Amino acid sequence: MDANALNIFWPFGLVIMMLFSIGIYCILATYNLIRALIGIELLIKAVTLLIIVVGYINGRTALTQGLVITLIVVEVVIIAVAMGVVLGIHSKNNSLDSRNIRNLKG
Amino acid sequence: MEINLIILAVLVCSALWTVMARSLLRSGIALAFTSAVLSIIIFRLNSPLAAVFELSVCAGLISVLFVSTISLTTPLTHKEVLKHMKARLSRFWYLPLILAAAAILLSRIKIDLNLNLPAAETENDARYCLWHLRQVDLMGQIIILLAGAFAVVILFREARKNGR
Repeated sequence: MDANALNIFWPFGLVIMMLFSIGIYCILATYNLIRALIGIELLIKAVTLLIIVVGYINGRTALTQGLVITLIVVEVVIIAVAMGVVLGIHSKNNSLDSRNIRNLKG
Repeated sequence: MEINLIILAVLVCSALWTVMARSLLRSGIALAFTSAVLSIIIFRLNSPLAAVFELSVCAGLISVLFVSTISLTTPLTHKEVLKHMKARLSRFWYLPLILAAAAILLSRIKIDLNLNLPAAETENDARYCLWHLRQVDLMGQIIILLAGAFAVVILFREARKNGR
């Protein structure tokens, strides 16, 4: 990678890594299922930004926009299904605490 | 470039707000704000179509999903939230330090990243790219949407059965 591309990339790269770390922290540090989903959202946002920045540096924004649109569609489906699962767990256990889900414990 | 740096700083601050907010509802609103800021960055990086999707779907639809789910569940009391936050900070106090150290180290190390995409056909228009070059992606999107719709229908049917 040439110096100009690196100069453009590094602030974005730093923010992408920070977003990823914040998302990982959010998933690790909580027992709340909705907060875990928020952490997954932050991870997906970091990936979205990475794809867009790479497309910008290469001048291939059309291809990366197509990929990002696909990513957003997948993201919505994942979140909708996960919300349904969370609501089902809440209606059964009356709690969003992941420690209370012991039905599948072997 | 300075404007980009300011927007990136706002993005990180809003992501931190999302994670550190005490109330779940505020976290959901902060997530929507993060999506809106990200869509500004995407727009500034010459990707207007992806920016529109990010703004309408992520900042709009997903926030509505989060807020409706939060309103359907029982919130924790203020005392419980404070107890959880204290426990969380005491368990993971070292993670922000690791993050800061990693950021300093990575800014000093020159990593030889290869960001070049493989050669493709001529693509100047995102619509052409999506409808002609990435048709398999579109098929995958349709299948995933149908699978998601079936999953939600089955989940709510199960919930209704349990409710009876």
